[in-house]
Amino acid sequence: MSQRNPAISKGVDWVLIWLYLALVAIGLLSIFSVTFREGDNVIQSFLGFKTDYSKQFYFFIASITLGLFILLTDSKFFTATANIWYAAGIFLLLLVFPFHTEVKGTESIIRLGPFNLQPAELCKVFVNLALAKYLSRVETDFTTPRSHLIASAIILAPAAITIAQKETGLALVFFAFFLVMFREGFPAGYLIAGFSIGVLVVATLLVDKIILAIVLSAIAVTMIYFMRKQIKRKRRLMLSIIGIWGLSIITIVFVVPFLFTKVLQKHQVERIFSLIGKENPYAKLNTVEGEEPASTTKKDTDYNVRQSKIAIGSGGFGGKGLLKGTQTRFDFVPEQRTDFIFCTIGEGFGFLGCALVLGIYLFLLLRIVNIAERQRSAFSRCYAYGVASVFFFHIAINVCMTIGLAPVIGIPLPFISYGGTSLLTFSTMLFILIRLDADRQMVLR
Amino acid sequence: MALFNQSRSTVVKIIFGGIFLVILIQLLYLQVFSGKYEQLAMDNAVFPKVRYPDRGIIFDRKGRAILNNTIMYDLVVTPSEARQTDTAGLCAILGIDTAEYKKRMLEARFKNGPYRPSIFEDLLTPELHAQLEESIWKFPGFALVERPVRVYPYHAAAHILGYIGEADSTVIRRSKGYYHMGDYTGITGLESYYEQVLMGQRGVQYMIKDNRNRLVGSYEQGRLDTAAVAGRNLHTYLDIELQQLAEKLIAHKVGAIVALDPKTGGILAMTSGPSYDPNNLTGPDKQQNYGHLALDVARPLYNRGIRGQYPAGSTYKPLGALVALEEGLITPASGYDCHGAYFGCNRPVKCMEKWAGHATNLRQAIAWSCNSFFSDILKRTIDNPTYRNPRKGLTQWKEYMTAFGLGHRIGVDLPSENAGNIPDTSQYDKEYRGSWNSCTMTGGGLGIGQDKMTVTPIQMANAICIVANKGYYYIPHFVKSIAGNHSQDTALQNKYLFRHEVLTHISDDLYEVVISGMQDVVDQGTARVAKIPGINICAKTGTAQNKTVLDGKVIELKDNSMFVCFAPRENPVIAIAVVIENGGTGATAAAPIASLMVEKYINDTLRTDRIKEADRIAGLDLMPSYLPRLQYKEDSVRAFQWFKFTKDSSYIRRYLFAHRR
Repeated sequence: MSQRNPAISKGVDWVLIWLYLALVAIGLLSIFSVTFREGDNVIQSFLGFKTDYSKQFYFFIASITLGLFILLTDSKFFTATANIWYAAGIFLLLLVFPFHTEVKGTESIIRLGPFNLQPAELCKVFVNLALAKYLSRVETDFTTPRSHLIASAIILAPAAITIAQKETGLALVFFAFFLVMFREGFPAGYLIAGFSIGVLVVATLLVDKIILAIVLSAIAVTMIYFMRKQIKRKRRLMLSIIGIWGLSIITIVFVVPFLFTKVLQKHQVERIFSLIGKENPYAKLNTVEGEEPASTTKKDTDYNVRQSKIAIGSGGFGGKGLLKGTQTRFDFVPEQRTDFIFCTIGEGFGFLGCALVLGIYLFLLLRIVNIAERQRSAFSRCYAYGVASVFFFHIAINVCMTIGLAPVIGIPLPFISYGGTSLLTFSTMLFILIRLDADRQMVLR
Repeated sequence: MALFNQSRSTVVKIIFGGIFLVILIQLLYLQVFSGKYEQLAMDNAVFPKVRYPDRGIIFDRKGRAILNNTIMYDLVVTPSEARQTDTAGLCAILGIDTAEYKKRMLEARFKNGPYRPSIFEDLLTPELHAQLEESIWKFPGFALVERPVRVYPYHAAAHILGYIGEADSTVIRRSKGYYHMGDYTGITGLESYYEQVLMGQRGVQYMIKDNRNRLVGSYEQGRLDTAAVAGRNLHTYLDIELQQLAEKLIAHKVGAIVALDPKTGGILAMTSGPSYDPNNLTGPDKQQNYGHLALDVARPLYNRGIRGQYPAGSTYKPLGALVALEEGLITPASGYDCHGAYFGCNRPVKCMEKWAGHATNLRQAIAWSCNSFFSDILKRTIDNPTYRNPRKGLTQWKEYMTAFGLGHRIGVDLPSENAGNIPDTSQYDKEYRGSWNSCTMTGGGLGIGQDKMTVTPIQMANAICIVANKGYYYIPHFVKSIAGNHSQDTALQNKYLFRHEVLTHISDDLYEVVISGMQDVVDQGTARVAKIPGINICAKTGTAQNKTVLDGKVIELKDNSMFVCFAPRENPVIAIAVVIENGGTGATAAAPIASLMVEKYINDTLRTDRIKEADRIAGLDLMPSYLPRLQYKEDSVRAFQWFKFTKDSSYIRRYLFAHRR
């Protein structure tokens, strides 16, 4: 071992390390600019573990330390133990049910002394490892529907458990792994179908049911008319068109109301409707138990987003400067250290600052994709794609929700949002990737 | 297999790039092109805290402050911080019960929210303030806050100065955003007319507030703040001692006293009876006092000096004489053989004097106020042979009256002045369907200042100034100068600097004749009571009949007592008009008042026996006899309306009881 790996720095992708450090620094600065109060001694409070930026700083130290340990680990360790980790993760998730403590309306947290453990968060790493492991197995033929089913199950099992724990936001993150499967040959048709269903659901919310049904029927009829020659040759085409039409109608009439009254929680439905700017027609029919919106008025639901948009919008082109943002300095945006941290950047540093941060993120994502493509082993490639997908999902949804393009789902911005668990999880994911990449010439199974 | 799907990495990259592009476009829209968010953030976080300037002070002609500023205290509460407060203790000090306490707390929460201070009790009495100051530490969340308030050290000139109050929605709307809810503005009097000068300039302190509306510091280190600029002071012609005397003399009377300086048009004193102490409309009992004043049927808030419209009565006669002289219809030697009435028209006009020879010439006619003589010359003025048409005669006469400043607002620097009335042809046409002649108005008493002619006391005083000045006047006004020169002041003051030479075309000889007649009024005529040794007063008494309708019946009231004068004859420094409603003849009530005013002003003091005279008049109760009945009627009607509105019978009960009895 020692001959092959004389120094831990060998083969390490320094670009990733620098990007990582830059993002953590931006995060620390943002948290600092929210929590810093005039008159505080900066150095003292940074080291004191009293303020949030100080805590985040120590989480960063912990993450780096953990990262070092990961870099010292043999790459084969990850392939060998991937399934064990996954099993442990599922076990932890199930443990939540009897042992959870209710914190802020979620039932996904186990309290261990002073720490809050959220297994769903850790499961991101484990699912990533397990999926990579499954996809890279020699015996896996990822063209068969059977393998598609198994891979989907690996992803969706923890997602389902997480939904049961009323953490829909985190559960959605698991769907990001479909991007990995797509890269590995998952038929695009499935994804397009899934996307179409999404579009159909949104259309149902926006347009009157009857009008939508008429429009869909008209599309079906025109398609049958124009494809009548092909249909003569292939009877099944006719059936599939009618089938899709029927499914769409069922979605509109039954599935969507079911989803909004029986599956999603009231406050989530409110958020979705506040995003598209309509009254929630299902408010009274919703029977899902869970967090009641503080006040069921529409105003309350989009208060966060409105304040967040004001914060970002008021930053202008060049921003107000560090510690000058009134929106973020005086707590107008709720949750601004965690989920709405992007406001701080938007208000303090304006469009330029936002573009810079997004640029760093995009560079990071593209870098990870490039790294993925240079791997010899499929495991490393799948794992890298998993990291990129999860990061991308987090960044896109988080930023979109602060600027009013996505409903408010409580997921953090990687490396920037305040929070020990999320920083540790993202760092772990990244450092495992760096470790695997350092051994990119090896074929891991 | 991996190679087979290599192209899909490009698709993944495109998806990444695409979403980032969408985000960037939205950011570009929000931050660069939308533009509205900056203002929204300002509205969220910056609170413009108004710094109120001190209002300007008003001085009299000797530099004495007749109105000043002082500090009173409001008790304010920040509801969120008041949970630990000793409620019972506070209620005991304020004299309220806990239900009232809770109600006020709720109001405070409702008004400004739980995190911002609202007024709990305003304008504390000095005793209450002292008590609270001692024990305020026991009541967390409560604080005593200074509030500037007007005080009137001389307890005088209420009608002139007016009062200030919170700006209502009309004022706020009209000011185009200058005033805000809760700002003070002049409501009446000089406070209102000179609002622009007195109010000063508000300062703004920009404060940063947090998400709970708490002020947490100054915005941009106070670089955008503006300091409050104190209101500017006014120097007036008022003589506060003369004003005090006037108010003393008009006590228990309904009427008005106006004293002018003929040389400048400056108003030396103006009072309206019944009067009130201006201090009643500041301070803690303001609301209650205002209610009493507003509901009094004697209308103490009404400034009769500029708003009361009275028949001029005989005080008009010097003007009528001047018109006839100037038109060449009579000469100073003209007389009228009066035997107690004028029979020139089918309806006789009675004369007070019956003895023969009281109107052998103009001078005597004025001195003895001969109604026959003046009815005759009015008829001649209307039937002026120059025009050969009573319409033209009347129009010409009205032109003279207009020149004397009658029948239109004179332009005094107080709001809501009344115009009085000088009848013209259209008014007679309307009433008599176009068929009238000179006898219509002569018989009606226009020649002796009645019929359709009404004047305000200030108009009368001003007309006497014109006589004293032999033809010119300055518009009567209070303010001599405004401290600190401003370009905007010229708009306010220019019109008072212009000398209106309205009747200088009448020769001084003619004026002298009339003035001699007016001096005779005091020396040997109707107003001998007004004589002051050493001062030649020129005056004219007036006694105007009047009636009112009460309980559906027309009742004859005692005559209005009127008096106009100027003094001294040689160099007039003061001109006075006095009206005492239902005071009897001009000589009984009005003349002694004017005489005392003249003596006080010219000699700067009163002799001892005259002080007694002043006390006697001050004690004289001439309140019209119909007022109590009128008050009773209005109060009972209001009680009935209150009962209908609220079903609260506590007010109406006493009237019901009285009725049954």
